Amino acid sequence: MSEFAIQAKKVCKSYGTVPVLFDVDFEVKKGEIHALIGENGAGKSTLVKILAGYHQQTSGELLRNGRPVVYHSIGAAEADGVVMIHQEFNLCNDLTVEENIFLGKELVKRGLLDKAAMRQRSGEILGRLGTTINPRSRVKDLSVSEKQMVEIAKALAFNSEVLIMDEPTAVLTQGEIEVLFRIIRALRDHGVSIVYISHKLNEIKELADRVTVLRDGYRVATEKVSDLSEDDMARLMVGRELTTLFPPKGGPPKREVPVLEVRNISCPKYVHNASFQLYEGEVLGFAGLIGAGRTELMECVVGLRRRSAGTVIYRGQPLSARSYGDAIKQQIVYLSEDRKGKGLFTSMPLAPNVTILSLQDHLTRIGFLDSKKEDATLDRTLEEFDVRVPSKRALLSMLSGGNQQKIALGKMMQVDPDVVILDEPTRGIDVGTKQQVYYFVRELVKQGKSCILISSELPEIVGLSDRVIVMRSGVIMGELTGADINEEEIMLYATGVKGGMAG
Amino acid sequence: MNQVSAGGLAKVKALGSRFSWQDIGPIIAVIALMILGTAINPTFLSMGNLTNVFTRSAFTGIIAIGATFVIGTGSIDLSVGSMAAFNSGMMIIFMNYLVQHWGATWSTIIAAMVLSLVLGAVGGLVNGLVITRGKIESFIVTLGTMGIFRSLVTYLADGGTLSLNLPVRGLYRPVYYGTFLKIPIPLIIFFIVAVVGAVLMYKTRFGRYVLAIGSNYDVAHYSAINVNRIRVLTYILQGICVAIATIIYVPRLGSASGSTGYGWELEAIAAVIIGGTAMKGGTAKILGTVAGAIIFSIIGNILNLSDAISQYLNGAVQGLIIIGAVLVQRTSKE
Repeated sequence: MSEFAIQAKKVCKSYGTVPVLFDVDFEVKKGEIHALIGENGAGKSTLVKILAGYHQQTSGELLRNGRPVVYHSIGAAEADGVVMIHQEFNLCNDLTVEENIFLGKELVKRGLLDKAAMRQRSGEILGRLGTTINPRSRVKDLSVSEKQMVEIAKALAFNSEVLIMDEPTAVLTQGEIEVLFRIIRALRDHGVSIVYISHKLNEIKELADRVTVLRDGYRVATEKVSDLSEDDMARLMVGRELTTLFPPKGGPPKREVPVLEVRNISCPKYVHNASFQLYEGEVLGFAGLIGAGRTELMECVVGLRRRSAGTVIYRGQPLSARSYGDAIKQQIVYLSEDRKGKGLFTSMPLAPNVTILSLQDHLTRIGFLDSKKEDATLDRTLEEFDVRVPSKRALLSMLSGGNQQKIALGKMMQVDPDVVILDEPTRGIDVGTKQQVYYFVRELVKQGKSCILISSELPEIVGLSDRVIVMRSGVIMGELTGADINEEEIMLYATGVKGGMAG
Repeated sequence: MNQVSAGGLAKVKALGSRFSWQDIGPIIAVIALMILGTAINPTFLSMGNLTNVFTRSAFTGIIAIGATFVIGTGSIDLSVGSMAAFNSGMMIIFMNYLVQHWGATWSTIIAAMVLSLVLGAVGGLVNGLVITRGKIESFIVTLGTMGIFRSLVTYLADGGTLSLNLPVRGLYRPVYYGTFLKIPIPLIIFFIVAVVGAVLMYKTRFGRYVLAIGSNYDVAHYSAINVNRIRVLTYILQGICVAIATIIYVPRLGSASGSTGYGWELEAIAAVIIGGTAMKGGTAKILGTVAGAIIFSIIGNILNLSDAISQYLNGAVQGLIIIGAVLVQRTSKE
């Protein structure tokens, strides 16, 4: 018997004529948590998709328990115990939890569904995961983290031996992450091998046994996690020194010119009586747990969501609450946290994505759309933001996450914004691109613009913000400046131990 | 994180060269059908027959141009055939009334044309407002108005037929049967509507917003597009297209009844789909729509000219063509 649950040997993969993986060796031992890291476009997704039967390698071979295997389909890989859990969930929202768990593999007795058996099995598996989800509730009524648990339950229902998880914590809160880690460790102790893709190096340090680093389609290292520091991992991923992830801050906040004054905004169920000021030339961080109402508050500010009360004053003038279009005219822009669902048109080419906010600047003299001007704007954006694209005529969906985010930033900049509201601007992007985003934000505020940064990654809030507001359950709990901006202090407010002065 | 997908690369090539089989597929189909028609019966190519074929395609073609916008946003309008019938009825009643005061003059006809345009625009406005303000599926709303318009015209005609005053009919006749530089007038109008449609779709902000909404409703909303306003505008545009089609249809028969324009909505939608526009929205092929409308007309004509298939099977052949065209598009994409 082999000590490895699954191995890739000298695996190459090309899409058409574009090679994306070069002679990659990758071995996962039985009962280990093996992290896979790399920048966007390094080939992580391609590699795990080959392991899970989504794609076939161009050359090289796969070994399962030491025996060569070929997976022609996802089903073949699953039948052999290799299951991938997606970043985006593969669940039918209108079906119940138990129906989802057994989807496509229903238990049958005398030609009819054996619902009792499936219900019992579902209950057992969910119990093993330590969740209290009711197997009969509909998936659409579950929270994001509960859906994730259902995905894992789905994989466990069939005695998977290799579990591939692609960014499982991207949408989870700290508490939920801890539960997930406990489950992952328990699975490992039962002999399951876990391939764990994440951009969060601190998680990998905490959770994984070994780590493989990919860069530009090559494997650059496989090491024990205990032998590497987070800095080492970042360096291996990027291939250069990441001297400082965050640019230096702009000194103590001046608080001279208030740009945006938000007074007593409420939005039923989400935001209660929130007030704050944004000053010229500052990065104002908004921290809080997921569901704290930060996104909803900002959507109320820019007119994307109806507010039940409150006013917004922008440079001394009231800002209309009616539509986002009014905010854009005043050069206030909002970057959505949901890049694919709300931020960009994935099925459209790049140019219309970049120019959609600023079509009035891309017209001919008689008022028709000017494709030459649009192309020029695209060229400028690609260069300014260092976007890597397969072709200028590519569809947006062909870009990696980090490059899509750069397009989203470029789109926003077309209206020459004065106030920039960024909602989770680095979600799901690699550390190199993150650094570029941070320097971009700092550069903006240096030019006298103002920025609101919503982030659930505390290091990001701490590293980038000049001032931090913490929200909890729709209420602003407190404001931190200077040395008070640290992770411990923020968590005290976010969890309700401290603060609540405004409430 | 995601690498370039294999299907994606094929698209890059297609986009890079700015040439795509999908775009010219419907045109090739038109040419192929014309060759087939000539092979079956040489009279197909006669000037008289071709003129007839293309002129017949004008009604559904003009309506289909409007439908391309509605479908481009990912919606649908099932009420167009009934609306055409209702408009026809109202035009005839209005002209029959005006003729008592103004006589059989062009003023009478032009006033009725204006009425048709106003009714079309208002009908579209109502469809659009109910859909957007009421937050109801466009399929449901227009299924409802389809029944309402159809029933109204039947009521106006008292279950029978509304006939246009004979002298007015004589004066109005050339709008359908006349020619300009030997080209039938309906064809000229079809051409103008198609060109205006193409300019609107590809060269204006309105067109871009239509495709943006069809591509992703939420992203459009988050891109400061007034989604409801644009959707209402597409329905108004659709209504105006129906009105234009009605204006050239009325002089053809000079009558309207409960069965006028029957099934036009399906023919228009089919022309749009055959032309390569996706039902879910986000793409729109105006030239394809024009070709789609012509394809339908040619098939009907070929069946007329040949003895091989009964012309009662016209609908069956059309159905096969719709399914076949979408299958071809699907496979050429993959």
